[in-house]
Amino acid sequence: MTTWTQTLRRRISRRTAEDSAHAEPGGHQPGDADVVPVEIDPNDPILTYLQSVPGPVELDTLELDSPAVRDLRAAGVALVVPLISSGELIGTLNLGPRLSEQGYSTDDRRLLDSLAAQAAPALRVAQLVREQEAEARERQKIEQELQVAQLIQQHFLPTTLPQPPGWSIEAHYRPARAVGGDFYDVVERPDGRIAFAVGDVTDKGVPAAMVMAATRSLLRSAGREDLSPGGVLAQVNDLLHGDIPSRMFVTCLYGILDPRTGELRFANAGHNLPFLQTGGGADELRATGMPLGLMPGMSYVEVEHVLKPGQLLLLHSDGVTEAHAPDREMFGTPRLHDLVAIRADERGGMLASVLAELERFTGLGWEQEDDITLLSLRWESEAAASTLAERTFPSQPGIEREAMAWVAEAVVASDLEPARAENLKTAVAEAVMNAVEHGNGGDETLPVEVRVEQRPDELVVAITDRGGGRTIPITETPDIDAKLRGDQTPRGWGLFLIQSLVDAVRESSDESRHTVELVLHTDGGEPT
Amino acid sequence: MTDRFNAVPRQEDGTGIIDLVGVLDGDAAVALTEAYAAAAPDAERILLNFEPMTFMNSSGIALVVEMLARARVEGLAVHATGLSAHYRHIFEITRLSDFMTIHDDMASAVA
Repeated sequence: MTTWTQTLRRRISRRTAEDSAHAEPGGHQPGDADVVPVEIDPNDPILTYLQSVPGPVELDTLELDSPAVRDLRAAGVALVVPLISSGELIGTLNLGPRLSEQGYSTDDRRLLDSLAAQAAPALRVAQLVREQEAEARERQKIEQELQVAQLIQQHFLPTTLPQPPGWSIEAHYRPARAVGGDFYDVVERPDGRIAFAVGDVTDKGVPAAMVMAATRSLLRSAGREDLSPGGVLAQVNDLLHGDIPSRMFVTCLYGILDPRTGELRFANAGHNLPFLQTGGGADELRATGMPLGLMPGMSYVEVEHVLKPGQLLLLHSDGVTEAHAPDREMFGTPRLHDLVAIRADERGGMLASVLAELERFTGLGWEQEDDITLLSLRWESEAAASTLAERTFPSQPGIEREAMAWVAEAVVASDLEPARAENLKTAVAEAVMNAVEHGNGGDETLPVEVRVEQRPDELVVAITDRGGGRTIPITETPDIDAKLRGDQTPRGWGLFLIQSLVDAVRESSDESRHTVELVLHTDGGEPT
Repeated sequence: MTDRFNAVPRQEDGTGIIDLVGVLDGDAAVALTEAYAAAAPDAERILLNFEPMTFMNSSGIALVVEMLARARVEGLAVHATGLSAHYRHIFEITRLSDFMTIHDDMASAVA
């Protein structure tokens, strides 16, 4: 494409030899040039005129109703030489009056004409180089933006997924080149249940990545407040609304799964429906609700389902179902449904199988149109828990040491490394002390139940008191500097010790009882 | 429980040594405060001997922090010895070990 340079510059020597005799140091020298830009409107008749004339044009004698001609004359231009390349006017050579104050001769004009014929192609090449440089800069800017968007998005995706005993949780995320706003998250809650989400932000690039990051953080934060899935979505919707740019919104499916019982509860903010792979096929689990960020005060219907061992839940984003084949046929939800159903009797590899089918469908060299996100939660087998020992202790001062010694005895057969066994003992003592003092309020008639269980891949000590309905506050690392300065109480080490000394701490509670589970991984975990 | 705590103060070459005997938990507060009060006045530094200690919990850690805060105000350095590998680990994760010099045994502690 040819770009008409609107700004023409003239280089006119205004000084005579006589002037130079009086020139101040640092002043103009003969031959110095002034550069005066002249703006020419792209619709000015002079452009059509210059395109059609065979050679240099004398402005004094030119009769043309053109603002540019007036401006050029005012700027001191006497002669305009059109620069034509491949039949297109690409610039002009503007000259002031001759220094001899005589008019331009025929020889002058011939010389200028021949100069213009050689200068025009060179000027055209220079213009093309400039255009390409500008395009390269623009491409680089877009690439940088894409990188920023990808960085934001990757930073807010989980690096590892919790794997409750007996379950296999897998995710696949592949960004499109333009980076859509897909995200997913899987978090193990303190009560051992699994919170999960898959979402998609409308729009692409940096704005979508920013909204994705905000949404993910809001979901995590709301998830900590012990809200139900519908409550989490309602809260995040209200927080996003007003902050999110107009015409942008987020679809999101949020669920909470109890891996011990298979109980699933989820709510949906306009996202693709999940599939449940059953023994004989696949069901689409239906739940509807408005996408997040569109309207305040929305409520989200919750759907409950109980998964059985061997079943799988598959969540996806529309990057899967809206992928196109070379003939523009869409992958579609029914195809995904069939794929999930066909593989109902096979174990594992669901994500790999969906991706392989997608690749076969879209063909080689497919430019991925949108982000692709898949999340599968499969109950491989019922986790067999065997209780190693169980005992009830009275809520007496100092009872924690008795419980600690009893647990040490109960886990001897588990063959823990000595350092891990010591860590577990201290954590048990702290948890039992909490149960006596806080859960049971020091009431000696109330029991503290301690149960030691070996589950697949983990050893668990469950400590139950009668302080139902309470939750353990989130523990921050105690600030010993502040404590030594006297700015904080020297106490407050118990929960920190418990969390530092075992691999995981889970808690659950009902109206009357509160249980803390101290977990040591027994599948080759490193000593804490 | 009968495993009473006892804190025994003694002096050795300008070091106020406190032997911590038995269970260091919340019940040890009075004994520990008294032992510190007896050991500190004539000492250039305090050495806590954890060797005879059989158990310590988070309340015991709080008492050590309290003593450490007091010694800092009084310009006394606090040293420790006799810690088992487990309690040394606990001193590290709680960062107590950043504020006291920990020795492997009594001989190097008083050297």
